[in-house]
Amino acid sequence: MSKVQLPNTKLFINNEWVESISGKKFKTFNPTNEELICEVSEGDKEDVDKAVKAARNAFENGPWGTTMSSEERGRIILKLANLIENHKEKLAQLETLDNGKSIVSAREDIDFCVRVIRYFGGWADKIQGKTIPISSEFTSITKHEAIGVVALIVAWNYPVMLLCWKLGPALAAGCTIVAKSSEFTPLTALYLCELFKEAGFPPGVFNLVNGFGATVGNALSYHMDIDKISFTGSTITGRKIMEGAAKSNLKPVTLELGGKSPNIFFSDCQIDHCVEAAKDYVFSNNSQNCCFSSRFFVHESIHDAFLALFTEKIKQLKVGDPYEESNNLGPLVSKQQHDRVLGYIEKGKSEGATCHLGGVKHQIDGKGYFVQPTIFTNVTDDMTICKEEIFGPVVVILKFKTVDEVIKRANNTTYGLAAGIWTKDISLALNVSNKLKAGSVWVNNYDNCLPQVPFGGFKQSGIGRDLSEYAIQSYLSVKAVTIAHKTLHAHQQQ
Amino acid sequence: MSKVQLPNTKLFINNEWVESVSGKKLKTFNPTNGKLICEVSEGGKEDVDVAVKAARNALDNGPWGKMTAEDRGKLILKLADLVDQHREHLSDLETLDNGKPLTASSGFDITEAARALRYFGGWADKIQGKTIPISSEFTAMTKHEPIGVVGLIVAWNFPLLLLSWKLGPSLAAGCTIVAKPSEFTPLTALYFCELVKEAGFPPGVINIVNGVGDVVGDALSHHMDVDKISFTGSTRVGRLIMEAAAKSNLKPVTLELGGKSPNIIFGDCDIEYVANAAKNYVFANSMQLCCAASRFFVHESILDAFLTIFTEKIKQLKVGDPYDSETHLGPLVSKQQHDRVLGYIQKGKEEGATCHLGGEVHNHHADGAGYFIQPTIFTNVTDDMTICKEEIFGPVVVILPFKTVDEVIKRANDTTYGLAAGVWTKDISLALNVSNKLKSGSVWVNGFNILKSQIPFGGFKQSGFGRDLSEYAIQGYLSVKAVTIAHKTLHAQQQ
Repeated sequence: MSKVQLPNTKLFINNEWVESISGKKFKTFNPTNEELICEVSEGDKEDVDKAVKAARNAFENGPWGTTMSSEERGRIILKLANLIENHKEKLAQLETLDNGKSIVSAREDIDFCVRVIRYFGGWADKIQGKTIPISSEFTSITKHEAIGVVALIVAWNYPVMLLCWKLGPALAAGCTIVAKSSEFTPLTALYLCELFKEAGFPPGVFNLVNGFGATVGNALSYHMDIDKISFTGSTITGRKIMEGAAKSNLKPVTLELGGKSPNIFFSDCQIDHCVEAAKDYVFSNNSQNCCFSSRFFVHESIHDAFLALFTEKIKQLKVGDPYEESNNLGPLVSKQQHDRVLGYIEKGKSEGATCHLGGVKHQIDGKGYFVQPTIFTNVTDDMTICKEEIFGPVVVILKFKTVDEVIKRANNTTYGLAAGIWTKDISLALNVSNKLKAGSVWVNNYDNCLPQVPFGGFKQSGIGRDLSEYAIQSYLSVKAVTIAHKTLHAHQQQ
Repeated sequence: MSKVQLPNTKLFINNEWVESVSGKKLKTFNPTNGKLICEVSEGGKEDVDVAVKAARNALDNGPWGKMTAEDRGKLILKLADLVDQHREHLSDLETLDNGKPLTASSGFDITEAARALRYFGGWADKIQGKTIPISSEFTAMTKHEPIGVVGLIVAWNFPLLLLSWKLGPSLAAGCTIVAKPSEFTPLTALYFCELVKEAGFPPGVINIVNGVGDVVGDALSHHMDVDKISFTGSTRVGRLIMEAAAKSNLKPVTLELGGKSPNIIFGDCDIEYVANAAKNYVFANSMQLCCAASRFFVHESILDAFLTIFTEKIKQLKVGDPYDSETHLGPLVSKQQHDRVLGYIQKGKEEGATCHLGGEVHNHHADGAGYFIQPTIFTNVTDDMTICKEEIFGPVVVILPFKTVDEVIKRANDTTYGLAAGVWTKDISLALNVSNKLKSGSVWVNGFNILKSQIPFGGFKQSGFGRDLSEYAIQGYLSVKAVTIAHKTLHAQQQ
């Protein structure tokens, strides 16, 4: 077990650490052993107000929003990337401590944070508007301006990584930020605050208010002086945020919500290769992953062979102490989530699905929120475990016969975040990917997220995109400046 | 006078220092005192061949060609940081070899070189192709691939900066490079090579072959395995390069050539402000600057007032030791250039122009050593005079009165060049209409020489083609490949 140094646990506003106005604290736990890690300042509406005011001031009056060139902004963002890289081990240890993911996964997450921040640092001075051809008597240009003060609310599954996915484009665009991490995993975001200071960001550019969704999240959603919200988390909360935005100042929202993503294995795929790949991605982060491929559609001609091999591979995954580098799966993030997942497993069994592997609680010394990787077979499309996002290490295996059938069934969901296709046939791959209603379609790979490639959902998996140039668009306002000027013949030099 | 440590003077190929095949050396001089600085290896055709082979191998077989765009960007960003860290050393070397004031080397050249590299490092993983909508039975996409091995040939006026302007986009695009600095100013490029190694670039990605244009430049231009050439320098040499490209493998060329840029000062502007601004930019780099504002068109209603104030401002400029922080103008780069500029000044006088200010050698040293020339203003100049038509590339400006807008546009455009132009006015319609009409790659309104990594720079007409800087520069280093995949619709296809 690691003895990592904890970050400052107060609220971070105007580059300073402050207590919440109420003085309240909330507890954050180590999901590996259920022990209290520490108490963190619990923010509330008044603290949000203070943070928004700081962000607004930084945007309207501070150097960030007024005197700094986009190039200078980019330079500071690049410096932040370097600092995160320098503090990788510390951040990874904290992430594992608070979230429960394996230390190996945590390190990979921090690496990804570095890449994302560096990527967007490179965009800061490349956000180009347009000149629009009209006539010789008009000059029309667009300017891409920062949308303003933005609220970033992220979930507990990838605490600091999801924050970086949003910080990157928001900062590149020139926005100022009020962020709220999940109450389950506040520590890495707190640690990040010191790196912001060290990188040289002016006061008020990045503010962090920890607390609960019902208070802090709600205050942000309804706040009249926040120009935009970006949220990653559950669909239920996403709806509330959008409602809050509608009822307040019509702030635009970006929502990255859940999924029930199909992974389609056609008969011509190489089973060994597919299964070997699946072993790495399917239960990563304990499947606490919004684009988790929870529905495996396997062509009937290869179903039995696939299932046998897949089961063998999954049995090799080790559940245990996340600080043990040989362990693949750590605990779930919290008792609430642990209970919820176990509830779904029970539901699956009671609805008649076959629990082919796992399906039980796993504990170390009787403690920790561990669940065995679980495979269900004999599942029908209308079963709860086939329709609802479980957010735990539970996958269902489904058979299909024809291409039309599998497309229809794959799309038959309120979600539309991601999908996978495994085939050697180029026409099949392209035709099926065209038909799948998902924001990301991976062919012969899965969960390959890259800073340069957009990520977001169709249908009720969300609105807008994270990552890539696309992410920046939602942090911009487009202003068209059209100047009328008389032609030279109608104009005289005085 | 600085006692700066000199770089390795050999050729840089495959991340190694090698002698030229011939063993020849060329001399590089300190233009401040005319003394020899050192000798550097002089490359020949055989050395170019070795370098091109190294670059080709690096692209086709080395890690560079397989590296992710993101990782390439990371290396370029590291190189930018290293240039920043070595700014003092590079600035000293630049001033020593080129003669420009140390304040300019440090405050502009090296700083801007780092900024350009950093800017383009950020582009490496953002060079996006397109998906093109056709029909449900086709998937069409474009891929932007590096054009290949590129030859970069740069002039002596901004030695490291011009190299960085070209290295930035070519490296971001994923190309490999054979570069030839000017034989007058090889030292900063040589020092830079060690930073390339330290940054972690694979061998063969960046190769430097010093030598003379007739030999090394010519070999690059004619080389059958160089995929593109980018050149900054004189129009005369630009023609030779393009000819050679046509006669060899039809390699595309980007040419950044000279100019005779008009600076138009309308009657409504604030004379004091305009003259003060001009003091800072007009004689920068001793006007050894391809976009120098060498033709001042001043509205007749303000001509006398402008000339008086402008003259006063220019008299304040100090010519002298480039290491002195008070110095505005250092020496010209070489004796050849010094003689050439003096020749133009003499020609101006002979053709009847009035030498209003300067026009003489500036004797900074008691013994007359060094290639100094006083800032010079000519008046009573007609449009057909030589000093009004040809690029002087020295501290000589001509003042020309004008009456009407149409007249000044016509006269400003009446040149074979088209690199840059300035418009000074408070009237928004005038500014936009005139800038629309001017045939220049850059038009500055109420400013001049505003060069930013993010803004494209290049010329119209015979000032060149293609662009340096900005996203536009990258296009010159890319090949566009369209991949169109036919796939039967689902109904025509069976699992």
